[in-house]
Amino acid sequence: MKLDFEHRQSAHCESGVTSSLLRKISGNKITEPLAFGIGAGLFFCHIPLIKINNGPAIAFRTFPGLIFKRTCNALGIPVVRKKFGSKTNAEAFLQRCLDEGKPAGCQVGVYYLSYFPKEYRFHFNAHNLIVYGKEDDNYLISDPVMETTTTLTSYELERVRFAKGALAPKGQIYYPDTTAKITDEQLRKAIIKGIKNNVNQMLRIPGNFAGVKGIKYTGEKIKKWRDKLGLQKAGSYLAQLVRMQEEIGTGGGGFRYIYAAFLQEAHVYTQQDELLEISNIFTQAGDLWRTAAVHAAGIYKGRLGSQEDFNQMGDYLAEIGELEKAAFTQLKNIKWK
Amino acid sequence: MPQDLGALGKITKEVCYATDSSGKYVTELSNGWKVKTDALDVAWKEVEERIATAKQRVLNGEASPLLFFMEYRLMDPGILADYTGYWKWQIKRHLKPEVFKRLSQRKLQKYADAFNVKVEDLKTMTVHEA
Repeated sequence: MKLDFEHRQSAHCESGVTSSLLRKISGNKITEPLAFGIGAGLFFCHIPLIKINNGPAIAFRTFPGLIFKRTCNALGIPVVRKKFGSKTNAEAFLQRCLDEGKPAGCQVGVYYLSYFPKEYRFHFNAHNLIVYGKEDDNYLISDPVMETTTTLTSYELERVRFAKGALAPKGQIYYPDTTAKITDEQLRKAIIKGIKNNVNQMLRIPGNFAGVKGIKYTGEKIKKWRDKLGLQKAGSYLAQLVRMQEEIGTGGGGFRYIYAAFLQEAHVYTQQDELLEISNIFTQAGDLWRTAAVHAAGIYKGRLGSQEDFNQMGDYLAEIGELEKAAFTQLKNIKWK
Repeated sequence: MPQDLGALGKITKEVCYATDSSGKYVTELSNGWKVKTDALDVAWKEVEERIATAKQRVLNGEASPLLFFMEYRLMDPGILADYTGYWKWQIKRHLKPEVFKRLSQRKLQKYADAFNVKVEDLKTMTVHEA
């Protein structure tokens, strides 16, 4: 059985899945940047003391699951979302979705995801894909980061739906109400809500290690890494920062380019001319993240390594923090028409 | 738009967002970027070193083959506990060679399943994957 579903490749898995699941009912209007922006996807967070893969826990995007949830919320679309204790029930539920003609989003872990290149298989459990059919024992998979559709056997799919460790998916499945309709006016309101959400998330979040303040915080930490960890370990930490920023799924520049693209699309629906200028600032921020990544690569490839080089890296982040603070403050101050 | 062939580029190109000559955002496909390929290499080199160290420790009789497979599968005791249903303290016990040797076939099978290997291979630190 194969549902009528068009695969579309995207940069980031969750915003890609969200836009694909909403495409039909929105009449093709919900693009990936719109899903990312309405879902208030842009974030920065450096959780102290916690280690991921023996390196710092740094994220450039919001908590997994929130983009889909917020986007549907803002558009007023009811959502079905379920987790399972039993693998049998999880598969039965998926089968029922397919029987009812609904492509379903699934949260999966990538470690045992067979079509992924080995180099990308870490125990990362917040990947998302869409199941849109089944032929014999093979589920038909639309994985947003892949160029084409792919398949997983029922065992392979079960294994990744029940991956273990941090953020274990527990068979999580979700889909929007496909009878809903999305009008341009709904879209406009959702865009404004998404921007306000993102402003709060970046400017008002308490604590010093998240939001725009978090970027500076990480910059200050980096300056101390060389003495505290030794050159090699400090280099590995920087490599981890760059991976979180540029790796598969970010669209480049730690999601800053996707967000800039979102603001351009938001302009079409809201006619707020400020958005175009602010979009430029996010492009600059993305460029600066990339400049910092090139500098970091100099350190982990061994071309650079003095304390001065680490200070420079920290200063880059401080500069980015200021830039993004300015951008979000301008977003906050928009008088919406 | 960087086009340096990386590990993913061999399997699939990835979507990136970039501005065209008029400043409008468009999506483009990228094969990868040297800076991030290098970052990924750093991570895997570290993993390789950890695996080698673990292997030596098992050969020296300081740890059971579990240690080797935990490093090989990038699992800490927490993840392994979730996959097997054992408590972390049990796993720490099973990391001792003399305790590991006395484990029943049934218990070994749980580890073998978690690591996606056969029990025989689990005992001998054999991996068949490239």
